[in-house]
Amino acid sequence: MINKRRVVITGLGVVAPNGTNVSIFKKHVYDGVSGIQHIKKLEDLNFSCQIAGLPIYKHDNLNNYFNSIQLRGLNASGMEYGVIAGMDAWKDSKLPINDSETPLWDAGVIFGTGILGVDKFREAIYKVDEGKVRRLGSTTVTQTMASGISAFLGGMLGCGNVVTTNSSACSTGTEAILMAYDRISDGKAEVILAGSTNDSGPYVWGGFDAMRILPYKYNNNPTGASRPMSATASGFVPGSGAGALVIESLDNAQKRGATIYAEILGGHVNSGGQRKGGSMTAPNSDAVQYCIRKAVAHAGIDPGEIDAINGHLTATTMDSVEIQNWCIALGRKGQDFPYINSLKSLVGHCLAASGSIESVATVLQLKENFIFGNINCEDLHPEIENWVSRDRIPTKTLDYAPNIIAKASFGFGDVNACVIFKKYI
Amino acid sequence: MTKEELLSKLKTIITPYVQNEEGLTTLTENTDFIKDLEINSANLVDVVLDVEDEFDIEIDNESMEKMLTVKASIAVIEDKLASK
Repeated sequence: MINKRRVVITGLGVVAPNGTNVSIFKKHVYDGVSGIQHIKKLEDLNFSCQIAGLPIYKHDNLNNYFNSIQLRGLNASGMEYGVIAGMDAWKDSKLPINDSETPLWDAGVIFGTGILGVDKFREAIYKVDEGKVRRLGSTTVTQTMASGISAFLGGMLGCGNVVTTNSSACSTGTEAILMAYDRISDGKAEVILAGSTNDSGPYVWGGFDAMRILPYKYNNNPTGASRPMSATASGFVPGSGAGALVIESLDNAQKRGATIYAEILGGHVNSGGQRKGGSMTAPNSDAVQYCIRKAVAHAGIDPGEIDAINGHLTATTMDSVEIQNWCIALGRKGQDFPYINSLKSLVGHCLAASGSIESVATVLQLKENFIFGNINCEDLHPEIENWVSRDRIPTKTLDYAPNIIAKASFGFGDVNACVIFKKYI
Repeated sequence: MTKEELLSKLKTIITPYVQNEEGLTTLTENTDFIKDLEINSANLVDVVLDVEDEFDIEIDNESMEKMLTVKASIAVIEDKLASK
């Protein structure tokens, strides 16, 4: 804790279902515009849940990010989202693109994913099974290896520090931010492009549909489907996209006169060991509380200083448990509870990308002085209302200037990540 | 197919992979894909697949290994076309 270097955020990029660049995303988050839509393909394939959060952009836009060689045979949606978000964040930070022959030794990439290049992999499977392995071409490996996303970004930027891909299910994005924080705080790097991405499509979402954990009664009302904290929450809406944050030492940011979005005070990642109620798919509440408490302690703040929480809150029955865990961990409830919101009401659950996309939204709230409203939770779950006062869960966006926001993500495998962001003044 | 036609088709195929555009303007039979055009060696397999599609031929591993220059590539393509 002594001599910890201060770490800040100097660039943002996002490809979300409700906005494929930061300015539209910010507007739509503020205005409560949902990015969830009916997906014809899911209907054709007999999915129970035929809706999803899917980023929409013109294919031509890819020419601004990939060269003609990289575009040939590109069939990896997560790669597209990650490269767009990552390069946008870098541009936003005003860091130069390295066109020299010397790698940027102090700049790295930590960009996570759950699975990459599923559609490319499907292509390959068909060719291999037909005995045509020699027809795969050179891009099957680079588009389907998990680290393809960090490799693409690292090469485009010429980074010479750590270039890696982390993976911890739905906590991946938040974990990436904390890995970047740790490395910079330790003095091993000055700048890291951190974030996460997730493929879209039936092969990604099918497994969740099969688990019967997605809502199936909203195929005709897509924007009403994702209902975090609501009494009528009936499962998470699958999503996809990417979020990216340029994370930088305060020294380096000040030296080059960068715009600073927010400071990262600290955080924690842990696991419940799939013990005491924790399992492959459910969290050990003790571990969640422990993770939050450790994050707060690491950030060097009092739990009472937290103005708002951006929860994991996926719109399942686990939402009430999450709220209880926050209450117990922070020792705050009722009227004393911080404001809390879930971006998933607007974009669905973007899986491995959720932590980074939601962190972008969280940082925007600090920078732009608002707390976005939760749509679809007018009918607050009674178990949640027992713990937290109704007005702490805004259904409309508040013009309120938060100083500190806690953001947490939880993932399959009983893994947790919690990061503490602070307004930078 | 004349040699000129063949060369022109080959040029079209390799163009997207070329990183040294200058080498393309001075393309001759002796042009080396990696040294002169700076085609990434990993992309050579993609060039070969595109050649297979364009000429409707199949190029075995041994022939493929020879296709490092314009001249060698034309020789392989002509050979495969002849044995079609």
